[in-house]
Amino acid sequence: MSALAAEIAAYTAKRRHRSAVATAMLALMMAAVIGVLAWVLLYVAVQGFSALTPGFFVSNPPGNPGAIGGGFANGILGSLIIVGLAALISVPIGILTAIYLAEYGRGRWSNTVSFFTDVLIGIPTIVTGAFVYSIWVIRFGFSGFAGSLALAIVMLPLIIRTTTQMLKLVPDELREASLALGASQRKTVLRIVLPAALPGIITGLMLAIARAMGETAPLLLTALGNELFTELNPGKRMSTLSLQIFNNAITGFRAGQARAWAGALTLVGIVLVLTVVARFFARRSRVAR
Amino acid sequence: MSAQSDLTARVTRPRGRVTQWVGGDGLFRAVVTLCSAVVLVTIVAMVIFLLVQGFDAIRHYGFFSFLTSARWAPSEADPTQSSPNPYGILQFIYGTLITSLIAMLLAVPVAVAVALYITNFAPLRLRRGLSSLVDLLAAVPSVVYGFWGIFALIPALKPIGDFLAATLGKIPIIGVAFSGPYFGYSYFTAGVVLAIMVLPIIAAVCREIFATTATSWKEAATALGATPWEVARVAVYRPSRTGILGASILGLGRALGETIAVTMVIGNSVLAINKSILGQGATMASVIANEFTEATEPFHLQALFVVGFWLLIVALIVNVIARRIVAAQAAR
Amino acid sequence: MRTATLRTGAVAIAMLGLLDACGAADTPSSAATSSTPGATAVCQGTTANPGYTNGIANQPSQATSLSGAGSTFVAPMMSVWTSGYAAKGVQVAYQSIGSGGGIKQVQSGTVDFGDSDAYMKDSDIALAKGPILQVPLVLAPVVVTYNLPGVTTALKLDGETVGKIFAGQITSWDDPAIKSQNSGVSLPTLPIATVHRSDGSGTTDIFTDFLTKESPSWVTALGGATKSRGKTVAWPSGIGGKGNEGVSGAVGQTSGAIGYVELGYALTQHLSYADVKNKSGAYIEPCNQTVLAASSGVTYPADLRFDLTDASDTHAYPITGTTWALIYQNQTSASKAAALLNFFSWVLTSGQDQTSSVNYQPLGKDLQRKCIDQLKKMTLNGQPIVQ
Repeated sequence: MSALAAEIAAYTAKRRHRSAVATAMLALMMAAVIGVLAWVLLYVAVQGFSALTPGFFVSNPPGNPGAIGGGFANGILGSLIIVGLAALISVPIGILTAIYLAEYGRGRWSNTVSFFTDVLIGIPTIVTGAFVYSIWVIRFGFSGFAGSLALAIVMLPLIIRTTTQMLKLVPDELREASLALGASQRKTVLRIVLPAALPGIITGLMLAIARAMGETAPLLLTALGNELFTELNPGKRMSTLSLQIFNNAITGFRAGQARAWAGALTLVGIVLVLTVVARFFARRSRVAR
Repeated sequence: MSAQSDLTARVTRPRGRVTQWVGGDGLFRAVVTLCSAVVLVTIVAMVIFLLVQGFDAIRHYGFFSFLTSARWAPSEADPTQSSPNPYGILQFIYGTLITSLIAMLLAVPVAVAVALYITNFAPLRLRRGLSSLVDLLAAVPSVVYGFWGIFALIPALKPIGDFLAATLGKIPIIGVAFSGPYFGYSYFTAGVVLAIMVLPIIAAVCREIFATTATSWKEAATALGATPWEVARVAVYRPSRTGILGASILGLGRALGETIAVTMVIGNSVLAINKSILGQGATMASVIANEFTEATEPFHLQALFVVGFWLLIVALIVNVIARRIVAAQAAR
Repeated sequence: MRTATLRTGAVAIAMLGLLDACGAADTPSSAATSSTPGATAVCQGTTANPGYTNGIANQPSQATSLSGAGSTFVAPMMSVWTSGYAAKGVQVAYQSIGSGGGIKQVQSGTVDFGDSDAYMKDSDIALAKGPILQVPLVLAPVVVTYNLPGVTTALKLDGETVGKIFAGQITSWDDPAIKSQNSGVSLPTLPIATVHRSDGSGTTDIFTDFLTKESPSWVTALGGATKSRGKTVAWPSGIGGKGNEGVSGAVGQTSGAIGYVELGYALTQHLSYADVKNKSGAYIEPCNQTVLAASSGVTYPADLRFDLTDASDTHAYPITGTTWALIYQNQTSASKAAALLNFFSWVLTSGQDQTSSVNYQPLGKDLQRKCIDQLKKMTLNGQPIVQ
């Protein structure tokens, strides 16, 4: 009897021990992942800050890639213009599609659209770039606008996905109250549901913009780049921050690499700020919680 | 609720002209329905346009000749010859698959472990923060991973690569897959970078799946005296296996199409399949990024569109499968 | 270590100090040994500025910008020219995407001018929208650069050895073929990582032209002389880098690597480079003088399409090349045509005096005159512009 009890106790102890070991292993994996994140961010920060000068944000790269100094002002401006235009294209279409999915769509077509929105998220962005090349660049040449088209396609499904989720979180009581007061469905959607979901929608937009800011591959095939000069006309070839980081990162010029690190730090900074602010909006959102 | 009173105020407030000109309900409905078609039209147009752009090469060399050769030698293209096809793409498909496979082997176990830890083991007040940190990994742009890969990761992987070449690389038969020398730029390095990039995606989906497993199961298991690890294994992990598969395939979809980071560390060797994972290679995405704007040989650009077409098809298939599995799991 | 800076003399050192201060700080102090007696004697200082004044009279133009794309070989030079020329109120946006890309952009007419280190062949011109003026702008060597920690003297290599290395037939730095040419140098037992261009490249064309002339093993490995030379070739192995930038970057990052880049890239990045055996059997250091020697006694054809590799002069550096501006002979916009004439006329005259600052070699007198004549052939809607 006592032998059995001892055996059970030993077995239980063994199980508890195994559980503790497993938990420790999981915690270790968790720590490793955080470690990798810290490694990436700290490496970029250390390299970036040692290369970052105030002039970086207001000057263009020097003519000679081996020359020190200069900055990515033209690329930062280019990124803002290209991503801004991409947002102008994708936000209305994205929100309207989301309204359809959340407010009108029932049945097969709606399911199909919803499904392929998810699929579009998974399409390689380099393919998106090649697609825009074939519909636009072949006819009109490389341009910032072509880059915007490509980024709009990257952003569109992200905006649809988050906006649909946010709209669906708006309680039906709001809609019923509005409709009961005699408002049309259009007014209900535009005046009641949309404003209620707005903070959540903005969160989604900011995350989509953050994603677009970092995209490089599709821009290689569309905006091409304009290394040395500031170009404000989206009908012409434009540089972006991401393209300049790419072009300078692969060179052996230490001065170029230094600019690329400063650029990488800037890009990571922009993306992190957008992400953090987006989370702030998400917290403020009444419906999203 | 203040939202409710807010709502009443809005509804009863007299309207200006602004909303009037939008038109009636029918028009608005038509507009949103029309917009919903954009996604589908875009995907269909992608398939068609890539095929149309690649059509000259396909007509010249034959549809399947691209898939039966692993030799990519644009300089040998001759417009008067249609065979052999100098634009074999098997090695790019191989490169895409092998780098993704390495990424999956490394990322899936860690992602599952991290998701399990966050949902079941981490102190409650840390869970949210830990989730955010893992999500941050997904926010870092691809070009930054590539840059970091060249300067920080490759030197760190060098001893590991050399060790693999000196041990596994010496074993007969399988040694070919690990034979050195390891210079850094390789399938292996690309796979490691991809693993870091897809990990947060897999972890996020797993987290959602683990969080939605029935609490009653967990409570039942705990009541029966199960240790926390047993609860996690039996009541959380086991019922979620399909979902984990879906999450992994979703990560795979991302890995297959990742371009810039891979291009920066894979070594861009296009001629043939490199049998060693420690050697240089190329993926479907990386060859497009590298050669697209400078494709001057006969049928070169068209052949790159063919690569793009197949990449799109592979991505579509993988994503469709993944979404179906995730949706099936969510419906349970 | 015989560092790159010390090889080209005082001017280069001064320039590098200005250009890449962080890099210069990494350079081991000047305890370097002197290089091969024969070579140093030739490579002293820089060649004199030519001071050409025979440019085309300034054409009135409203254009404030020109867009160009192509060769990465000429990119450092072009950037000096474009930033100097910006003072005249015209922005010349030059995108360094590779010679292959330059030719392609010209063919599709998406740029005002292209630039390639391999001239456009008739088959290339056939794909363009009309006749092309091909104007050499500057001369420069392609150097065989390597990353060998601990090796302090410049390696000596002949064409056959370089060919075998890039064909994947010599895979270790202590191979007898390398050792036999470098007695007294302790070569490490280190695997060789070859680095080549992944994009269409005139630098590759110049380099493989040399290998095709000097390395039978290379020609055999590539399957014949038609396949062993070109802007792209079927590299049997190695790391692909994008542009001269990418190749020099990968060489700098990889211990045991060997690659080929334009001289300025190796100098600015403090990479070592080899003395290469020329046709007369001497190992020649790449520098302004040996590049100039490679172009001496050459008679240039009317269309200015020529090769400078493997020249017979005893001091000639064998992997020497030039870079061609590619401009449509017939222009359709008066202001663009005038802006192009003004810019390239400036490049061929005052611009030639700026070449040594980035270690390029100005065009010789005869060639420069022919280039100006070539420019004058430009027409506007069929009508000559310069009388």
